[in-house]
Amino acid sequence: MTFGVVVFPGSNCDHDCYDVLKRVFAQQVEFVWHKDTLLDGIDAVILPGGFSYGDYLRTGAIAQCSPIMGAVASFAERGGLVLGICNGFQILLEMGLLPGAMVRNTSLHFICRDVHIRIENSETPFTNRCETGQVLTIPIAHGEGNYFADDATLASLNAHRQVVFRYTSSQGELGSKSNPNGSCEHIAGICNRQRNVIGMMPHPERCADATLGNRDGQLLFASMIDALTARCV
Amino acid sequence: MAQGTLTAREGYRIRELLGREPNELELGMFSVMWSEHCSYKTSKPYLKRLPTRGPHVLQEPGENAGAVDIGNGLAAVFKMESHNHPSFIEPFQGAATGVGGILRDIFTMGARPIALLDSLRFGSPDDKKNQHIIDGVVAGISAYGNCVGVPTVGGATIFNEIYERNPLVNVFCLGIARHSHLMRSQAAGVGNQVIYIGAKTGRDGIHGATMASDSFDDESISQRPTVQVGDPFIEKLLMEASLELVKRRLLVGIQDMGAAGLTGASCEMASGAGTGIELDVEMVPRRERGMTPYEVMLSESQERMLLVVKPDCAGDVLDICTKWDLDAAVIGKVTDDGMLRICKADTVVAEMRACALTDEAPSEKRKSAPPQFQDTLQGLNDELIPLPHDCNSVLLELLGSPNLSNKAWIYEQYDFMVRTNTVIRPGSDSAVLRIKDTSTALAITVDGNPLYCLLNPYVGGVIAVAEAARNLVCSGAKPLGLTDALNFGNPERPEILWQFELVIEGISDACKFFDVPVVSGNVSFYNETNGIAVYPSPMIGMVGLIDPVERAMSQWFKDDGHVVFLLGETHDEIGGSEYVRVIHHREQGVPPRLSLETEGALHTCLLLAIEGGLVCSAHDCAEGGLAIALAESCLSRPQGPIGASITITPDFFDIRVDALLFGETQSRAIVTAESANVSELESLARDVGVPIRKIGTVGGQHLRVKSSDLRLSWIDIDVDVMYDAWMRKK
Repeated sequence: MTFGVVVFPGSNCDHDCYDVLKRVFAQQVEFVWHKDTLLDGIDAVILPGGFSYGDYLRTGAIAQCSPIMGAVASFAERGGLVLGICNGFQILLEMGLLPGAMVRNTSLHFICRDVHIRIENSETPFTNRCETGQVLTIPIAHGEGNYFADDATLASLNAHRQVVFRYTSSQGELGSKSNPNGSCEHIAGICNRQRNVIGMMPHPERCADATLGNRDGQLLFASMIDALTARCV
Repeated sequence: MAQGTLTAREGYRIRELLGREPNELELGMFSVMWSEHCSYKTSKPYLKRLPTRGPHVLQEPGENAGAVDIGNGLAAVFKMESHNHPSFIEPFQGAATGVGGILRDIFTMGARPIALLDSLRFGSPDDKKNQHIIDGVVAGISAYGNCVGVPTVGGATIFNEIYERNPLVNVFCLGIARHSHLMRSQAAGVGNQVIYIGAKTGRDGIHGATMASDSFDDESISQRPTVQVGDPFIEKLLMEASLELVKRRLLVGIQDMGAAGLTGASCEMASGAGTGIELDVEMVPRRERGMTPYEVMLSESQERMLLVVKPDCAGDVLDICTKWDLDAAVIGKVTDDGMLRICKADTVVAEMRACALTDEAPSEKRKSAPPQFQDTLQGLNDELIPLPHDCNSVLLELLGSPNLSNKAWIYEQYDFMVRTNTVIRPGSDSAVLRIKDTSTALAITVDGNPLYCLLNPYVGGVIAVAEAARNLVCSGAKPLGLTDALNFGNPERPEILWQFELVIEGISDACKFFDVPVVSGNVSFYNETNGIAVYPSPMIGMVGLIDPVERAMSQWFKDDGHVVFLLGETHDEIGGSEYVRVIHHREQGVPPRLSLETEGALHTCLLLAIEGGLVCSAHDCAEGGLAIALAESCLSRPQGPIGASITITPDFFDIRVDALLFGETQSRAIVTAESANVSELESLARDVGVPIRKIGTVGGQHLRVKSSDLRLSWIDIDVDVMYDAWMRKK
């Protein structure tokens, strides 16, 4: 089982994802260079956070044109697991692998802090270790994490249980106070209908190591490993 | 074109060194290299007084940054630098390029940057114009640091009217390198190639260093073209490419093009190695056509590096730059004649000995004398300060004052977690970062109280170092080394030089006592506008080692029932305090005394107590005194505020109540312990000679401070009310 972490020019969280998978979970991990065109031997793809191509034009807009992204799209189409975190989520939106778009946080500021998210769907390969309704504490760090989608798209996301995480209070209540960036319907992460592609603004790789004081993010990586193990059997 | 600020004497000296009249380009190169900013012509003799050596020191001042050994074959490479002048003229870009510059200083040494901290000084945040500067500076740091992917893990922000027209923006950066990968900025090896990599050269920032060596007046805003524009994306690529070049051992020398651009990088690399360099400006990647040699040599365009490479490695170097989509070009070679020779194709357009620009820059001996107002400043009659009627309202007002209120509105705009090393986040005494693949962590803090330095520059210098060290030991770290950024007014005025001299003496004495060497630093003079200078503003950035990382200690109260102790003696001192400044509107008095021996004993006590697992929290008593330190211990807890009941025994009653609660007596800390460890902690403190008093317990919804006979209750406030005051935005 091998994870591939895609490295774009400007990726910043590539090493963090690599480190969690390698050191905390003892998994095989490889960096995949954005100029490559093949994903041979990769069982799950991670699009890490950062500022790919300096976020010029729009966040994720240039990265989606990188040579590797053709391979990522067909990997996703074949049912391969793709996790996009922060900038990775923005890239998935630009590619059209997930619906909707990102706009600037309502505060117009970059925000770095811990938030609470509620698991809305535990029946995905990324959340099978969680319970629906469970609340995680997890960091965000973004300037453009204000998720936007039109009413029809939101209705469809809800109808197909594609909303995986929503921002809530520590008690799991929805409200504008606990929504850090103004996202529509407090959405923090969504998946595709097939459940094999997920995008999320919060950073699970930043809370997956006991030394840093919070291990909630481990649930997501452990879920992925379970899902991949089940597939291999 | 402006020739900067060369004096007639310097002009004569240039003619003497060249043996002829300089041409325009040569004059420009001398002007920028001999500026105060590049040559340290006034400060050099004073800086020599600072202790720079120690058993841990791997790199003393003289390179792009200093380095100390942190075990496991690793070095911590760090430096702090100012970017004050540009940040006043154009706050966003000025601050952003300040971050860019200090990052390059670190990765030029072969170290991967893992932490940024910023030390900022602004005018009052209630003023619209200042708000524009504050917002711009914070946004600039945020935009640049976040995009490059280096966490901004801490800092210090002080507001005072004196900084209204001279904001100070100092940025600290720390990186980690293997000892064997530490690089130098030397052009060694005759025949080696000189390679330019990074952003193209444009017409921005020409004479930036000269601008930074002058005072401001009302026209200064017209200097905007001297400010550079940064591109953090190119910086990220440059950083990754440089670190890959270092790792693959393809470089002989590497130097970033910062102040004085290509001129500075080339003459410093040549004179550092005792060689010469010959460059062709036609080979330099340029942004626009028709740039003159003068513009190419003096441009301070950002995100550029100069490499010295053996001829047989040049191909690999260029390949790595192509991989990272960076411009790269061979622009010259290392020669044996000691000359810096600038050519335009076949024509020599400037020529001088490289060391004429660097080592032979003239030094300036200037007069120093105390200012006439010094006695008035110190002459605060405490009896004229009325005792507070209502300590609750004083505490709330202080908690909500710009300097003491919570700074989350600043640090939450910075990514302080990227690279997943941040063990203790902004908002404690120091930031703590673990070093992956080792058992260790580093604690980092930046400090400096400008008001103390105004009232007594020597004591201010001592306290800056002592408080930085205290912050580190409160976090469980043993101090290893420091970097200083020294921000002052115009040194041509005797009173400014007097302040500078005494601050250095204070820093130097404290460093020697604590055995913490100064491994890097920066001097910024001419921080004055229309003849009004900033307060003497040394900023100390200090680094300490925690081993193992589990010993990292935070400042906040942890849990109900923990016993609260005050370490250290409290004196009847209110001079120079935030209390007198904010509540009584005076910036006067004698700053708190500091005995190095007493301070040293406190550090020993704290380190032993943390090492022995005897304490649950440790917080330095600093600005705002005991009451603010207690409030911060209650309020900064990540899970939400917690109260405490504090009882003051009669032996405190012989000092003023405002000195007791809000005085800033040095060498004190608040620690908490589980009741099982109380007696061991008490005997430890007694053994190392530190006064220890059990003053209360953690718990409840209120912070209460009362006398032990229960006759007096000074403070009794709901922690949620304190929290709201403390979280005031700006």
